[in-house]
Amino acid sequence: MNLYDQNNTLSAHHIKADQQADAKVPDGLWQKCPKCGTAIITKHLDQYNTCPHCHFGFRIGARQRLAWLVDDFTETDQDLLSQDPLNFPDYQQKLATCRQKTTLNDSVLTGTAQIGDQHFGLGIMDPYFIMGSLGTVTGEKITRLFERATQDRLPVILFTASGGARMQEGILSLMQMAKISTAIKEHSTAGLLYITVLTDPTTGGVTASFAMQGDIILAEPHSLVGFAGRRVIEQIMHRRIPKDLQDAETLLKNGFIDRIVERQEEKSALQWLLKYGG
Amino acid sequence: MKRQAGQVVAAARDLHKVTGPEIIHSLINHFTELHGDRLGEDDPAIIGGIGLFHDLPVTVITTDRGQSAAERIAKHFGCLTPAGYRKSLRLIKQAAKFHRPVICLVNTPGAYPGQSAEEHGQGAAIAQNLLEISQVPTPIITIILGEGGSGGALALACGDQIWMLENSTYSILSPEGFASILWKDSSRADEAAAIMQLIPEDLLRKKVIDGIIEEPTDHAAVLSNIDKILQQEISHLQKLSTTDLLRQRHDRYRQF
Repeated sequence: MNLYDQNNTLSAHHIKADQQADAKVPDGLWQKCPKCGTAIITKHLDQYNTCPHCHFGFRIGARQRLAWLVDDFTETDQDLLSQDPLNFPDYQQKLATCRQKTTLNDSVLTGTAQIGDQHFGLGIMDPYFIMGSLGTVTGEKITRLFERATQDRLPVILFTASGGARMQEGILSLMQMAKISTAIKEHSTAGLLYITVLTDPTTGGVTASFAMQGDIILAEPHSLVGFAGRRVIEQIMHRRIPKDLQDAETLLKNGFIDRIVERQEEKSALQWLLKYGG
Repeated sequence: MKRQAGQVVAAARDLHKVTGPEIIHSLINHFTELHGDRLGEDDPAIIGGIGLFHDLPVTVITTDRGQSAAERIAKHFGCLTPAGYRKSLRLIKQAAKFHRPVICLVNTPGAYPGQSAEEHGQGAAIAQNLLEISQVPTPIITIILGEGGSGGALALACGDQIWMLENSTYSILSPEGFASILWKDSSRADEAAAIMQLIPEDLLRKKVIDGIIEEPTDHAAVLSNIDKILQQEISHLQKLSTTDLLRQRHDRYRQF
Protein backbone atom coordinates (compact mmCIF):
# COMPACT_ATOMS: atom_id res chain seq x y z
CA MET A 1 0.00 0.00 0.00
CA ASN A 2 2.81 2.35 0.94
CA LEU A 3 4.47 1.67 -2.32
CA TYR A 4 1.34 2.72 -4.26
CA ASP A 5 1.03 5.88 -2.20
CA GLN A 6 4.57 6.77 -2.95
CA ASN A 7 3.93 6.26 -6.66
CA ASN A 8 0.84 8.44 -6.55
CA THR A 9 2.71 11.20 -4.78
CA LEU A 10 5.54 10.96 -7.26
CA SER A 11 3.28 11.10 -10.30
CA ALA A 12 1.24 13.95 -8.88
CA HIS A 13 4.49 15.77 -8.29
CA HIS A 14 5.56 15.21 -11.87
CA ILE A 15 2.29 16.43 -13.33
CA LYS A 16 2.53 19.57 -11.29
CA ALA A 17 6.01 20.22 -12.59
CA ASP A 18 4.79 19.74 -16.18
CA GLN A 19 1.91 22.12 -15.71
CA GLN A 20 4.24 24.83 -14.52
CA ALA A 21 6.49 24.25 -17.49
CA ASP A 22 3.52 24.39 -19.89
CA ALA A 23 2.83 27.99 -19.09
CA LYS A 24 6.32 29.01 -20.18
CA VAL A 25 6.49 26.94 -23.37
CA PRO A 26 4.53 28.11 -26.42
CA ASP A 27 2.05 25.66 -28.04
CA GLY A 28 3.12 23.76 -31.13
CA LEU A 29 6.83 23.81 -30.33
CA TRP A 30 6.98 20.14 -31.32
CA GLN A 31 5.07 18.28 -34.02
CA LYS A 32 4.82 14.59 -34.58
CA CYS A 33 4.89 13.29 -38.13
CA PRO A 34 1.55 11.46 -38.59
CA LYS A 35 3.22 8.89 -40.86
CA CYS A 36 6.53 7.89 -39.27
CA GLY A 37 5.99 9.32 -35.78
CA THR A 38 9.23 11.32 -35.75
CA ALA A 39 9.08 14.30 -33.39
CA ILE A 40 10.04 17.50 -35.16
CA ILE A 41 10.76 20.94 -33.71
CA THR A 42 8.21 23.08 -35.57
CA LYS A 43 10.64 25.86 -36.29
CA HIS A 44 12.93 23.37 -38.01
CA LEU A 45 10.21 22.84 -40.65
CA ASP A 46 10.93 24.84 -43.76
CA GLN A 47 8.39 26.49 -46.08
CA TYR A 48 7.52 23.10 -47.61
CA ASN A 49 6.24 21.61 -44.33
CA THR A 50 7.59 18.13 -44.90
CA CYS A 51 8.88 15.53 -42.47
CA PRO A 52 12.71 15.54 -42.65
CA HIS A 53 12.71 11.83 -41.85
CA CYS A 54 10.11 10.26 -44.23
CA HIS A 55 9.41 13.25 -46.53
CA PHE A 56 5.67 13.12 -45.87
CA GLY A 57 4.07 16.42 -46.84
CA PHE A 58 1.98 17.84 -43.99
CA ARG A 59 -1.44 19.18 -44.98
CA ILE A 60 -1.17 22.77 -46.11
CA GLY A 61 -3.64 25.34 -47.39
CA ALA A 62 -3.86 26.22 -51.08
CA ARG A 63 -2.37 29.70 -50.69
CA GLN A 64 0.52 28.37 -48.61
CA ARG A 65 1.35 25.92 -51.41
CA LEU A 66 1.04 28.60 -54.05
CA ALA A 67 3.70 30.69 -52.31
CA TRP A 68 6.59 28.36 -53.24
CA LEU A 69 5.12 26.61 -56.27
CA VAL A 70 4.85 29.26 -58.99
CA ASP A 71 6.55 32.40 -60.24
CA ASP A 72 3.34 34.16 -61.19
CA PHE A 73 -0.38 33.58 -60.58
CA THR A 74 -3.66 35.26 -61.52
CA GLU A 75 -6.67 34.00 -59.58
CA THR A 76 -10.01 33.35 -61.33
CA ASP A 77 -13.61 32.76 -60.23
CA GLN A 78 -12.96 33.89 -56.68
CA ASP A 79 -16.47 35.37 -56.39
CA LEU A 80 -18.64 32.27 -56.95
CA LEU A 81 -20.55 31.29 -53.83
CA SER A 82 -22.45 28.10 -52.98
CA GLN A 83 -26.23 28.43 -53.20
CA ASP A 84 -26.81 25.86 -50.40
CA PRO A 85 -29.06 23.73 -52.67
CA LEU A 86 -30.43 21.46 -49.89
CA ASN A 87 -30.98 24.24 -47.33
CA PHE A 88 -28.76 22.13 -45.16
CA PRO A 89 -28.75 22.86 -41.40
CA ASP A 90 -25.78 25.06 -40.33
CA TYR A 91 -24.13 24.80 -43.77
CA GLN A 92 -24.04 28.57 -44.44
CA GLN A 93 -22.28 29.09 -41.11
CA LYS A 94 -19.75 26.38 -41.92
CA LEU A 95 -19.03 27.95 -45.32
CA ALA A 96 -18.55 31.37 -43.74
CA THR A 97 -16.05 29.99 -41.22
CA CYS A 98 -14.08 28.16 -43.92
CA ARG A 99 -14.04 31.20 -46.20
CA GLN A 100 -12.53 33.24 -43.41
CA LYS A 101 -10.04 30.55 -42.41
CA THR A 102 -8.74 29.83 -45.93
CA THR A 103 -9.44 33.17 -47.69
CA LEU A 104 -10.97 31.09 -50.51
CA ASN A 105 -14.56 31.15 -51.77
CA ASP A 106 -14.66 27.33 -51.81
CA SER A 107 -12.41 24.26 -51.58
CA VAL A 108 -10.25 24.94 -54.64
CA LEU A 109 -8.04 27.82 -55.73
CA THR A 110 -7.92 28.25 -59.52
CA GLY A 111 -6.20 30.54 -61.99
CA THR A 112 -3.49 30.87 -64.59
CA ALA A 113 0.08 30.43 -63.47
CA GLN A 114 3.64 30.53 -64.63
CA ILE A 115 6.77 28.55 -63.73
CA GLY A 116 9.78 29.93 -65.58
CA ASP A 117 8.53 30.52 -69.11
CA GLN A 118 5.81 27.85 -68.91
CA HIS A 119 2.20 29.09 -68.75
CA PHE A 120 -0.60 26.80 -67.52
CA GLY A 121 -3.96 26.57 -65.79
CA LEU A 122 -3.57 25.73 -62.09
CA GLY A 123 -5.96 24.36 -59.48
CA ILE A 124 -5.04 23.66 -55.86
CA MET A 125 -7.55 22.04 -53.51
CA ASP A 126 -7.54 23.14 -49.89
CA PRO A 127 -7.92 20.38 -47.26
CA TYR A 128 -8.96 22.98 -44.68
CA PHE A 129 -12.13 23.97 -46.59
CA ILE A 130 -14.71 21.36 -45.39
CA MET A 131 -12.04 18.67 -45.91
CA GLY A 132 -11.48 19.74 -49.53
CA SER A 133 -14.88 18.25 -50.34
CA LEU A 134 -16.30 18.52 -53.84
CA GLY A 135 -19.14 21.04 -53.82
CA THR A 136 -20.94 22.77 -56.68
CA VAL A 137 -18.61 25.78 -56.59
CA THR A 138 -15.53 23.52 -56.47
CA GLY A 139 -16.90 21.68 -59.50
CA GLU A 140 -17.75 24.87 -61.38
CA LYS A 141 -14.31 26.37 -60.75
CA ILE A 142 -12.49 23.24 -61.95
CA THR A 143 -14.78 22.96 -65.00
CA ARG A 144 -14.12 26.59 -65.94
CA LEU A 145 -10.38 26.02 -65.37
CA PHE A 146 -10.43 23.31 -68.05
CA GLU A 147 -12.75 25.19 -70.39
CA ARG A 148 -10.53 28.27 -70.27
CA ALA A 149 -7.39 26.16 -70.75
CA THR A 150 -8.96 24.43 -73.77
CA GLN A 151 -9.82 27.81 -75.27
CA ASP A 152 -6.37 29.28 -74.58
CA ARG A 153 -4.58 26.02 -75.48
CA LEU A 154 -2.88 25.69 -72.09
CA PRO A 155 -1.94 22.60 -70.08
CA VAL A 156 -3.55 22.14 -66.64
CA ILE A 157 -1.98 21.12 -63.33
CA LEU A 158 -4.33 20.16 -60.50
CA PHE A 159 -3.32 19.45 -56.89
CA THR A 160 -5.94 17.23 -55.25
CA ALA A 161 -6.74 17.05 -51.52
CA SER A 162 -10.22 15.91 -50.66
CA GLY A 163 -12.42 13.87 -48.36
CA GLY A 164 -14.68 13.23 -51.39
CA ALA A 165 -18.21 14.37 -52.16
CA ARG A 166 -19.73 17.25 -50.17
CA MET A 167 -22.58 15.75 -48.19
CA GLN A 168 -24.22 19.12 -47.62
CA GLU A 169 -24.85 19.50 -51.35
CA GLY A 170 -26.19 15.98 -51.94
CA ILE A 171 -26.59 14.65 -55.46
CA LEU A 172 -25.40 17.92 -57.02
CA SER A 173 -21.98 17.13 -55.58
CA LEU A 174 -22.05 13.82 -57.48
CA MET A 175 -23.04 15.61 -60.69
CA GLN A 176 -19.81 17.64 -60.47
CA MET A 177 -17.84 14.45 -61.14
CA ALA A 178 -19.57 14.04 -64.51
CA LYS A 179 -19.41 17.75 -65.34
CA ILE A 180 -15.66 18.00 -64.64
CA SER A 181 -14.92 14.72 -66.46
CA THR A 182 -16.62 16.08 -69.59
CA ALA A 183 -14.50 19.25 -69.50
CA ILE A 184 -11.32 17.19 -68.98
CA LYS A 185 -12.16 14.90 -71.92
CA GLU A 186 -12.67 17.92 -74.17
CA HIS A 187 -9.34 19.39 -73.00
CA SER A 188 -7.69 16.03 -73.68
CA THR A 189 -9.28 15.66 -77.14
CA ALA A 190 -7.82 19.08 -77.99
CA GLY A 191 -4.39 17.48 -77.49
CA LEU A 192 -3.58 19.30 -74.26
CA LEU A 193 -1.63 18.01 -71.26
CA TYR A 194 -3.24 17.43 -67.85
CA ILE A 195 -1.07 16.63 -64.82
CA THR A 196 -2.51 15.74 -61.41
CA VAL A 197 -0.55 15.88 -58.18
CA LEU A 198 -2.22 13.78 -55.49
CA THR A 199 -1.65 15.10 -51.97
CA ASP A 200 -2.76 13.86 -48.56
CA PRO A 201 -5.65 12.94 -48.53
CA THR A 202 -7.19 12.23 -51.95
CA THR A 203 -10.28 10.05 -51.55
CA GLY A 204 -13.84 9.19 -52.59
CA GLY A 205 -15.46 10.96 -55.52
CA VAL A 206 -12.33 12.99 -56.27
CA THR A 207 -10.23 9.83 -56.66
CA ALA A 208 -13.08 8.36 -58.72
CA SER A 209 -12.96 11.27 -61.16
CA PHE A 210 -10.47 14.03 -61.94
CA ALA A 211 -7.64 12.90 -59.63
CA MET A 212 -7.22 9.72 -61.69
CA GLN A 213 -7.84 11.24 -65.13
CA GLY A 214 -4.47 12.94 -65.64
CA ASP A 215 -2.18 12.11 -68.56
CA ILE A 216 0.49 12.08 -65.89
CA ILE A 217 -0.37 11.34 -62.25
CA LEU A 218 2.14 12.35 -59.56
CA ALA A 219 1.78 11.93 -55.79
CA GLU A 220 3.51 13.25 -52.69
CA PRO A 221 5.34 10.66 -50.50
CA HIS A 222 3.08 8.59 -48.20
CA SER A 223 -0.03 10.59 -49.09
CA LEU A 224 -3.28 8.72 -48.55
CA VAL A 225 -4.96 7.97 -51.87
CA GLY A 226 -8.02 5.76 -52.08
CA PHE A 227 -11.67 5.35 -52.89
CA ALA A 228 -13.36 3.99 -49.77
CA GLY A 229 -12.58 5.05 -46.22
CA ARG A 230 -10.48 2.73 -44.03
CA ARG A 231 -13.34 2.09 -41.58
CA VAL A 232 -15.76 1.19 -44.38
CA ILE A 233 -13.24 -1.28 -45.85
CA GLU A 234 -12.63 -2.89 -42.46
CA GLN A 235 -16.36 -3.25 -41.80
CA ILE A 236 -16.81 -5.00 -45.15
CA MET A 237 -13.77 -7.24 -44.70
CA HIS A 238 -14.39 -7.93 -40.99
CA ARG A 239 -10.68 -7.60 -40.36
CA ARG A 240 -7.89 -5.05 -40.17
CA ILE A 241 -6.45 -3.97 -43.51
CA PRO A 242 -2.75 -3.35 -44.20
CA LYS A 243 -1.55 -0.02 -42.84
CA ASP A 244 -0.13 1.01 -46.20
CA LEU A 245 -3.08 -0.13 -48.38
CA GLN A 246 -3.86 3.44 -49.45
CA ASP A 247 -0.35 4.90 -49.38
CA ALA A 248 0.82 6.55 -52.60
CA GLU A 249 3.71 4.04 -52.61
CA THR A 250 1.24 1.12 -52.78
CA LEU A 251 -0.59 2.74 -55.69
CA LEU A 252 2.74 3.24 -57.45
CA LYS A 253 3.55 -0.44 -56.98
CA ASN A 254 0.09 -1.43 -58.31
CA GLY A 255 0.50 0.75 -61.38
CA PHE A 256 -2.03 3.52 -60.69
CA ILE A 257 0.30 6.51 -60.47
CA ASP A 258 3.33 7.53 -62.49
CA ARG A 259 5.77 8.92 -59.94
CA ILE A 260 6.22 9.96 -56.32
CA VAL A 261 7.62 13.48 -56.10
CA GLU A 262 8.86 15.19 -52.94
CA ARG A 263 7.45 18.64 -52.35
CA GLN A 264 10.83 20.35 -52.71
CA GLU A 265 11.19 18.82 -56.19
CA GLU A 266 7.68 19.60 -57.47
CA LYS A 267 8.36 22.96 -59.05
CA SER A 268 11.28 21.79 -61.18
CA ALA A 269 9.64 18.44 -62.01
CA LEU A 270 6.47 20.19 -63.19
CA GLN A 271 8.44 22.74 -65.19
CA TRP A 272 10.23 19.91 -67.01
CA LEU A 273 6.99 17.98 -67.68
CA LEU A 274 5.23 21.12 -68.93
CA LYS A 275 8.06 21.68 -71.36
CA TYR A 276 8.56 18.13 -72.65
CA GLY A 277 5.62 16.03 -71.41
CA GLY A 278 2.83 17.49 -73.52
CA MET B 1 -49.39 13.75 -51.85
CA LYS B 2 -45.68 13.91 -51.13
CA ARG B 3 -44.21 10.52 -50.36
CA GLN B 4 -42.05 9.87 -47.30
CA ALA B 5 -38.43 9.45 -48.42
CA GLY B 6 -37.88 6.66 -45.87
CA GLN B 7 -40.69 4.60 -47.41
CA VAL B 8 -39.24 5.00 -50.90
CA VAL B 9 -35.83 3.86 -49.58
CA ALA B 10 -37.45 0.70 -48.18
CA ALA B 11 -39.39 0.08 -51.41
CA ALA B 12 -36.23 0.57 -53.49
CA ARG B 13 -34.57 -2.23 -51.51
CA ASP B 14 -37.55 -4.61 -51.81
CA LEU B 15 -36.28 -8.05 -52.80
CA HIS B 16 -39.32 -8.65 -55.02
CA LYS B 17 -38.63 -5.72 -57.32
CA VAL B 18 -38.14 -6.14 -61.02
CA THR B 19 -34.45 -6.99 -61.76
CA GLY B 20 -32.08 -6.29 -64.63
CA PRO B 21 -31.90 -9.95 -65.72
CA GLU B 22 -35.72 -10.07 -65.67
CA ILE B 23 -35.91 -7.04 -67.97
CA ILE B 24 -33.37 -8.63 -70.35
CA HIS B 25 -35.31 -11.89 -70.30
CA SER B 26 -38.62 -10.30 -71.26
CA LEU B 27 -37.66 -7.31 -73.44
CA ILE B 28 -34.48 -8.45 -75.25
CA ASN B 29 -34.58 -11.21 -77.85
CA HIS B 30 -31.64 -13.56 -78.38
CA PHE B 31 -29.60 -11.96 -75.59
CA THR B 32 -25.99 -13.08 -75.96
CA GLU B 33 -23.90 -12.48 -72.86
CA LEU B 34 -20.33 -11.23 -73.32
CA HIS B 35 -17.84 -11.66 -70.50
CA GLY B 36 -14.67 -10.14 -69.15
CA ASP B 37 -12.72 -6.90 -68.91
CA ARG B 38 -9.85 -8.17 -71.14
CA LEU B 39 -7.46 -7.35 -68.29
CA GLY B 40 -7.72 -10.61 -66.40
CA GLU B 41 -11.09 -10.54 -64.67
CA ASP B 42 -14.83 -11.02 -65.10
CA ASP B 43 -17.00 -9.38 -62.44
CA PRO B 44 -20.15 -11.49 -61.95
CA ALA B 45 -21.97 -8.45 -60.47
CA ILE B 46 -22.37 -7.11 -63.98
CA ILE B 47 -24.10 -8.81 -66.89
CA GLY B 48 -23.53 -7.39 -70.33
CA GLY B 49 -24.14 -8.43 -73.88
CA ILE B 50 -25.89 -7.90 -77.20
CA GLY B 51 -29.51 -8.58 -78.05
CA LEU B 52 -32.45 -7.41 -80.09
CA PHE B 53 -34.85 -4.80 -78.75
CA HIS B 54 -37.82 -4.80 -81.14
CA ASP B 55 -35.43 -6.04 -83.89
CA LEU B 56 -32.88 -3.31 -83.12
CA PRO B 57 -29.43 -4.59 -82.05
CA VAL B 58 -28.57 -3.04 -78.67
CA THR B 59 -25.95 -3.48 -75.99
CA VAL B 60 -27.46 -4.09 -72.55
CA ILE B 61 -25.50 -3.78 -69.31
CA THR B 62 -27.06 -4.52 -65.96
CA THR B 63 -25.90 -4.79 -62.38
CA ASP B 64 -26.97 -8.03 -60.73
CA ARG B 65 -27.36 -8.87 -57.05
CA GLY B 66 -27.95 -12.59 -57.62
CA GLN B 67 -30.60 -14.92 -56.17
CA SER B 68 -29.01 -17.57 -53.92
CA ALA B 69 -26.81 -16.73 -50.94
CA ALA B 70 -23.71 -18.00 -52.77
CA GLU B 71 -24.51 -15.88 -55.81
CA ARG B 72 -25.12 -12.80 -53.71
CA ILE B 73 -21.76 -13.18 -52.00
CA ALA B 74 -19.94 -13.73 -55.31
CA LYS B 75 -21.66 -10.64 -56.72
CA HIS B 76 -20.95 -8.58 -53.57
CA PHE B 77 -24.70 -7.90 -53.29
CA GLY B 78 -24.65 -5.90 -56.50
CA CYS B 79 -21.56 -3.83 -55.69
CA LEU B 80 -19.26 -3.67 -58.71
CA THR B 81 -15.52 -4.30 -58.54
CA PRO B 82 -13.11 -2.32 -60.73
CA ALA B 83 -13.28 -5.21 -63.23
CA GLY B 84 -17.04 -4.65 -63.48
CA TYR B 85 -16.61 -1.01 -64.49
CA ARG B 86 -13.88 -1.97 -66.96
CA LYS B 87 -16.11 -4.63 -68.49
CA SER B 88 -18.94 -2.11 -68.85
CA LEU B 89 -16.66 0.44 -70.52
CA ARG B 90 -15.32 -2.19 -72.92
CA LEU B 91 -18.86 -3.14 -73.96
CA ILE B 92 -19.95 0.51 -74.31
CA LYS B 93 -16.99 1.28 -76.59
CA GLN B 94 -17.74 -1.84 -78.59
CA ALA B 95 -21.36 -0.70 -78.96
CA ALA B 96 -20.19 2.69 -80.23
CA LYS B 97 -17.94 1.05 -82.82
CA PHE B 98 -20.98 -0.68 -84.32
CA HIS B 99 -23.46 2.16 -83.69
CA ARG B 100 -25.55 0.17 -81.24
CA PRO B 101 -27.54 2.09 -78.61
CA VAL B 102 -26.66 1.16 -75.00
CA ILE B 103 -29.17 0.39 -72.25
CA CYS B 104 -27.79 0.42 -68.67
CA LEU B 105 -29.89 -1.00 -65.84
CA VAL B 106 -28.70 0.00 -62.37
CA ASN B 107 -29.50 -1.32 -58.92
CA THR B 108 -26.40 -1.01 -56.75
CA PRO B 109 -25.74 0.15 -53.20
CA GLY B 110 -22.44 1.54 -54.54
CA ALA B 111 -19.02 0.49 -55.79
CA TYR B 112 -17.55 -2.44 -53.83
CA PRO B 113 -15.42 -1.01 -51.00
CA GLY B 114 -13.25 -4.06 -50.27
CA GLN B 115 -9.47 -4.33 -49.97
CA SER B 116 -9.08 -5.99 -53.38
CA ALA B 117 -11.15 -3.22 -55.00
CA GLU B 118 -8.73 -0.64 -53.61
CA GLU B 119 -5.73 -2.68 -54.81
CA HIS B 120 -7.22 -2.93 -58.29
CA GLY B 121 -7.97 0.77 -58.57
CA GLN B 122 -11.67 1.27 -57.86
CA GLY B 123 -11.30 5.05 -58.11
CA ALA B 124 -9.33 4.85 -61.36
CA ALA B 125 -11.87 2.46 -62.91
CA ILE B 126 -14.86 4.73 -62.18
CA ALA B 127 -12.84 7.76 -63.31
CA GLN B 128 -12.18 6.10 -66.68
CA ASN B 129 -15.90 5.41 -67.20
CA LEU B 130 -16.78 9.05 -66.51
CA LEU B 131 -14.02 10.34 -68.76
CA GLU B 132 -14.65 8.04 -71.74
CA ILE B 133 -18.44 7.82 -71.64
CA SER B 134 -18.67 11.64 -71.89
CA GLN B 135 -17.72 11.34 -75.58
CA VAL B 136 -18.82 7.86 -76.64
CA PRO B 137 -20.59 8.42 -79.98
CA THR B 138 -23.71 6.29 -79.46
CA PRO B 139 -26.93 6.84 -77.50
CA ILE B 140 -26.74 5.69 -73.85
CA ILE B 141 -29.86 5.44 -71.69
CA THR B 142 -29.87 4.39 -68.03
CA ILE B 143 -32.73 3.21 -65.85
CA ILE B 144 -32.21 3.15 -62.08
CA LEU B 145 -34.29 0.21 -60.86
CA GLY B 146 -33.73 0.27 -57.09
CA GLU B 147 -30.73 1.79 -55.36
CA GLY B 148 -28.50 4.20 -57.25
CA GLY B 149 -25.56 4.43 -54.87
CA SER B 150 -23.05 7.19 -55.36
CA GLY B 151 -20.14 7.16 -57.84
CA GLY B 152 -20.69 3.44 -58.31
CA ALA B 153 -24.07 4.19 -59.94
CA LEU B 154 -22.92 7.38 -61.67
CA ALA B 155 -20.30 5.39 -63.62
CA LEU B 156 -23.23 3.66 -65.40
CA ALA B 157 -25.50 6.73 -65.39
CA CYS B 158 -23.50 9.39 -67.21
CA GLY B 159 -24.97 9.07 -70.71
CA ASP B 160 -27.82 10.81 -72.53
CA GLN B 161 -30.95 9.92 -70.56
CA ILE B 162 -31.43 8.82 -66.95
CA TRP B 163 -34.82 7.43 -65.89
CA MET B 164 -35.87 6.03 -62.54
CA LEU B 165 -38.53 3.56 -61.48
CA GLU B 166 -41.06 5.11 -59.11
CA ASN B 167 -39.63 3.19 -56.13
CA SER B 168 -35.94 3.90 -56.50
CA THR B 169 -33.33 6.23 -55.04
CA TYR B 170 -30.19 7.99 -56.28
CA SER B 171 -27.83 9.59 -53.78
CA ILE B 172 -24.23 10.34 -52.79
CA LEU B 173 -24.33 7.74 -50.02
CA SER B 174 -26.87 5.61 -48.15
CA PRO B 175 -29.19 7.37 -45.69
CA GLU B 176 -27.58 5.20 -42.96
CA GLY B 177 -24.12 6.42 -43.90
CA PHE B 178 -25.34 9.98 -44.11
CA ALA B 179 -26.97 9.78 -40.65
CA SER B 180 -23.92 8.17 -39.09
CA ILE B 181 -21.61 10.89 -40.43
CA LEU B 182 -23.99 13.70 -39.55
CA TRP B 183 -25.35 12.59 -36.19
CA LYS B 184 -23.12 9.57 -35.39
CA ASP B 185 -26.36 7.55 -35.36
CA SER B 186 -27.26 5.37 -38.36
CA SER B 187 -30.70 4.61 -36.89
CA ARG B 188 -31.80 8.11 -37.89
CA ALA B 189 -31.69 7.06 -41.56
CA ASP B 190 -35.29 8.11 -42.27
CA GLU B 191 -34.58 11.64 -41.09
CA ALA B 192 -31.45 11.70 -43.26
CA ALA B 193 -33.40 10.43 -46.28
CA ALA B 194 -35.85 13.32 -45.92
CA ILE B 195 -33.02 15.89 -46.11
CA MET B 196 -31.06 14.18 -48.91
CA GLN B 197 -33.60 14.66 -51.75
CA LEU B 198 -32.91 11.18 -53.10
CA ILE B 199 -36.37 10.19 -54.37
CA PRO B 200 -37.31 10.40 -58.07
CA GLU B 201 -39.64 13.41 -57.82
CA ASP B 202 -36.93 15.51 -56.08
CA LEU B 203 -34.31 14.46 -58.63
CA LEU B 204 -36.61 15.19 -61.57
CA ARG B 205 -37.20 18.71 -60.23
CA LYS B 206 -33.42 19.21 -60.10
CA LYS B 207 -33.13 17.78 -63.66
CA VAL B 208 -30.72 15.10 -62.41
CA ILE B 209 -33.05 12.61 -64.13
CA ASP B 210 -35.22 12.88 -67.23
CA GLY B 211 -38.30 11.00 -66.11
CA ILE B 212 -40.00 8.59 -63.73
CA ILE B 213 -41.39 5.21 -64.80
CA GLU B 214 -44.60 4.15 -63.06
CA GLU B 215 -44.18 0.98 -61.06
CA PRO B 216 -47.36 -0.95 -60.23
CA THR B 217 -46.98 -4.14 -58.17
CA ASP B 218 -47.55 -6.35 -61.22
CA HIS B 219 -44.19 -7.04 -62.90
CA ALA B 220 -45.74 -7.45 -66.36
CA ALA B 221 -47.09 -3.90 -66.13
CA VAL B 222 -43.71 -2.53 -65.00
CA LEU B 223 -41.94 -4.32 -67.85
CA SER B 224 -44.45 -2.91 -70.32
CA ASN B 225 -43.85 0.64 -68.97
CA ILE B 226 -40.09 0.18 -69.29
CA ASP B 227 -40.55 -1.15 -72.82
CA LYS B 228 -42.55 1.93 -73.84
CA ILE B 229 -40.03 4.42 -72.41
CA LEU B 230 -37.05 2.63 -73.97
CA GLN B 231 -38.70 2.55 -77.41
CA GLN B 232 -39.66 6.20 -77.21
CA GLU B 233 -36.28 7.47 -75.96
CA ILE B 234 -34.02 5.29 -78.10
CA SER B 235 -35.92 6.25 -81.24
CA HIS B 236 -35.63 9.92 -80.24
CA LEU B 237 -31.87 9.70 -79.51
CA GLN B 238 -31.19 7.79 -82.74
CA LYS B 239 -32.54 10.69 -84.79
CA LEU B 240 -29.79 12.99 -83.48
CA SER B 241 -26.52 13.43 -85.36
CA THR B 242 -23.43 12.41 -83.36
CA THR B 243 -22.49 16.08 -82.98
CA ASP B 244 -25.92 16.95 -81.59
CA LEU B 245 -25.97 13.87 -79.37
CA LEU B 246 -22.62 14.75 -77.78
CA ARG B 247 -23.52 18.43 -77.49
CA GLN B 248 -26.74 17.55 -75.66
CA ARG B 249 -24.83 15.15 -73.40
CA HIS B 250 -22.31 17.91 -72.64
CA ASP B 251 -25.11 20.40 -71.86
CA ARG B 252 -26.94 17.86 -69.71
CA TYR B 253 -24.05 17.76 -67.18
CA ARG B 254 -22.79 21.32 -67.73
CA GLN B 255 -25.97 22.75 -66.15
CA PHE B 256 -25.03 21.47 -62.67
